[in-house]
Amino acid sequence: MPLIPQPPPPAGGALLARLHAINAEYGYLPEEELRRAAEELGVPLSQVYSAATFYAAFSFQPRGRHTIHVCLGTACYIRGGEKLLEKLESTLGVRPGETTDDRAFTVETVHCVGSCSMSPVMRVDGDTYGRLRADLLPRILRKYREQEAGGVSDEGM
Amino acid sequence: MKVCSRSDLETLRAKGLSTLYPSRLKVSVGMATCGLATGAAAVYDTLRDEALQRELDLMLVATGCLGYCQQEPLVEVRMPGRDRVLYARMTADRARELIAALAEGNLPTEGALAIIPEEKEPPAGSKPAGGLPRLNELPFYARQRKIILRNCGLIDPTSIEEYIAQGGYEAMAHALLDLTPEQVIDEVLRAGLRGRGGAGFPTGRKWQVCHDAPGQPKYVICNGDEGDPGAYMDRTVLESDPHSVIEGLTIAGYAIGAHEGYIYVRDEYPLAVERVTQAVARAQELGLLGENILESGFDFNITIVRGAGAFVCGEETALISSIEGGLGEPRPKPPFPAISGLWGKPTVINNVKTLATVPVIINRGAGWYAAIGTENNAGTVVFSLVGRVANTGLVEVPLGLTLREMIEGIGGGGLNGKAVKAVQTGGPSGGCLPARLFDLPISYETLTQAGSIMGSGGMVVMDENTCMVDVARYFIGFTMAESCGKCTPCREGTHYMYEILTRIVEGKGTPEDLDLLEEVARWVKMASLCGLGQTAPNPVLSTLRYFHDEYEAHVEEKRCPAGVCRALIRLAIVPDLCNGCGLCRRECPAGAISGEKKKPHTINPELCTRCRICYDVCPVGAIEIVR
Repeated sequence: MPLIPQPPPPAGGALLARLHAINAEYGYLPEEELRRAAEELGVPLSQVYSAATFYAAFSFQPRGRHTIHVCLGTACYIRGGEKLLEKLESTLGVRPGETTDDRAFTVETVHCVGSCSMSPVMRVDGDTYGRLRADLLPRILRKYREQEAGGVSDEGM
Repeated sequence: MKVCSRSDLETLRAKGLSTLYPSRLKVSVGMATCGLATGAAAVYDTLRDEALQRELDLMLVATGCLGYCQQEPLVEVRMPGRDRVLYARMTADRARELIAALAEGNLPTEGALAIIPEEKEPPAGSKPAGGLPRLNELPFYARQRKIILRNCGLIDPTSIEEYIAQGGYEAMAHALLDLTPEQVIDEVLRAGLRGRGGAGFPTGRKWQVCHDAPGQPKYVICNGDEGDPGAYMDRTVLESDPHSVIEGLTIAGYAIGAHEGYIYVRDEYPLAVERVTQAVARAQELGLLGENILESGFDFNITIVRGAGAFVCGEETALISSIEGGLGEPRPKPPFPAISGLWGKPTVINNVKTLATVPVIINRGAGWYAAIGTENNAGTVVFSLVGRVANTGLVEVPLGLTLREMIEGIGGGGLNGKAVKAVQTGGPSGGCLPARLFDLPISYETLTQAGSIMGSGGMVVMDENTCMVDVARYFIGFTMAESCGKCTPCREGTHYMYEILTRIVEGKGTPEDLDLLEEVARWVKMASLCGLGQTAPNPVLSTLRYFHDEYEAHVEEKRCPAGVCRALIRLAIVPDLCNGCGLCRRECPAGAISGEKKKPHTINPELCTRCRICYDVCPVGAIEIVR
């Protein structure tokens, strides 16, 4: 028995679920919310932070309105995923992890989205685009810009 | 409705059959992530809108993945009384034409890939209509045997009734109502099922140890944290047939005496998370999960945990830490999870594919399963056949098939007819095997002896355009980034290997670097805490072993034979071939290409980053890679 009574540990997966919920709400993890999570789950704030910084899915910085994930899994890598990234970098003027000045796009790389048969692949928010080539990217970006401008585009790839 | 008995299951089965084989026209669109990535959603919408407009009575269904991703989007049409026809590479335009034809009562053969026979075993010698091949006659499918993927692409993954119509939950009912936990374990043990997560530990033995271990409560976990780049078998099963995993996990829980199960799914798989969450909720609603399942007295429930993007969490002890307290760091073994796992209690942790196999073993019996594959390597494995291969897709084959039958037979050889140079199995934990070893039969032992591993099923094909040194650097870069940092050999060793490999691909390497690289690799393999570090050197060691000449070309001649390593190549435009279309100029991200319209262009080597986008887009092949 520990001398100082310990609170019971949170239920399995509870801390991760909480971090996901915060991230879904704000697009990143604001400090206030992490403090509240620590208190409500009864775990030290340090533990919340160690988990929050451990995973690639979470960010402490506000994101762009759209997040682009360029896949650099093995199949994408050997079929030219890096070229997509290079083209995006030059088109949007940002490096992986950065957000465009107009806050429209955040560019990230990801170690495989599991659509290897369609490599190279890129994901924008929840949409996955396969069998890509660098010259097809401007059309995809345009679709999201048009959506923002109020126009609705259902154009399939 | 609550399912309390076998006859209740029968009721649901009848319902499932009525949607699987309706008496009206049915069109199914493959809408797992692969299909969606190539426009299946637009195809689906067009089919729906067009049918509405033409007032065509149609049952439109979103199914999962049939595995032939190369041909996605796939659309299947079933007219009552006719063979089902599968259409490949569907587009919105062709969907419109298809509806027009169907509205007139025609089943077009144009664009059709194959027919799916209604009966499992059509009469011998019979030929389907329209001169189309049967699906299982296509080279891609001919050597396949689907056990794990049995329902994928055939049923609506959101319909528990269709899963039940295909024999689902029968094994669970049999286990819970007719068998003792010990009998279930014995069946799995005798079937010879080995862990499909990659290590190949006998599943029945793992269950036995956990069953016998003191301590309560016990837990079962499904490992769906499929982090290997180049692999997506588990995603497909979770997206296309989630109930097979739920049923397998419940049987595992019954066998070891656990009442709580977890399914840990990778964050990068949002559709899999959605499907499996929906499936668990549906099973709970029907009482197939929860208290006193089928009035057997057995209680079992499942919690879904969504990962958050950390490769190391695929390692079982790290995954357990991640569920417990968030931080996914591995622990030393022993004790193994079967003795001391989640919250220090006996825990069985199995891969998605292992669990999806269990119901089939309980239904068909250990003897039936053990007869498939080879001795000590029973059953089937699923590979994701990807990379520079003609037919990409998800392939399930009996163990013992050779790599050549896999790559040349099913895969149809290299991309664009190029010769295949190597195949990489097992992801960052595996190795690269050269074409001269392609007659090796696929088994846990042969792949390990050859310097790779079976792994969870990634199979990435490489050709002359793939640089093996660059590939080794890619994998070490991956494990370096994903190393959790807890133990020194992995944290520092992967960094050190990455530095050496970077020197080599930049043309600054020396012959001594090759010996140093090998020495570091051996130490990391020997001294790391968990599987991530222990296997991280495999891509380096296997390429050093089989592709030493490529390393030598890099360090001695400062040459990259594959024309990949940027510091060692130069791009040039062949003036005689260039027609001055200007496409390369427009697409070059560095602005390095100039030239007048309809006149040969030139590349400024000072600005060129050697990304090779121009090489890809040039319609006349005028870009030359000078090695």
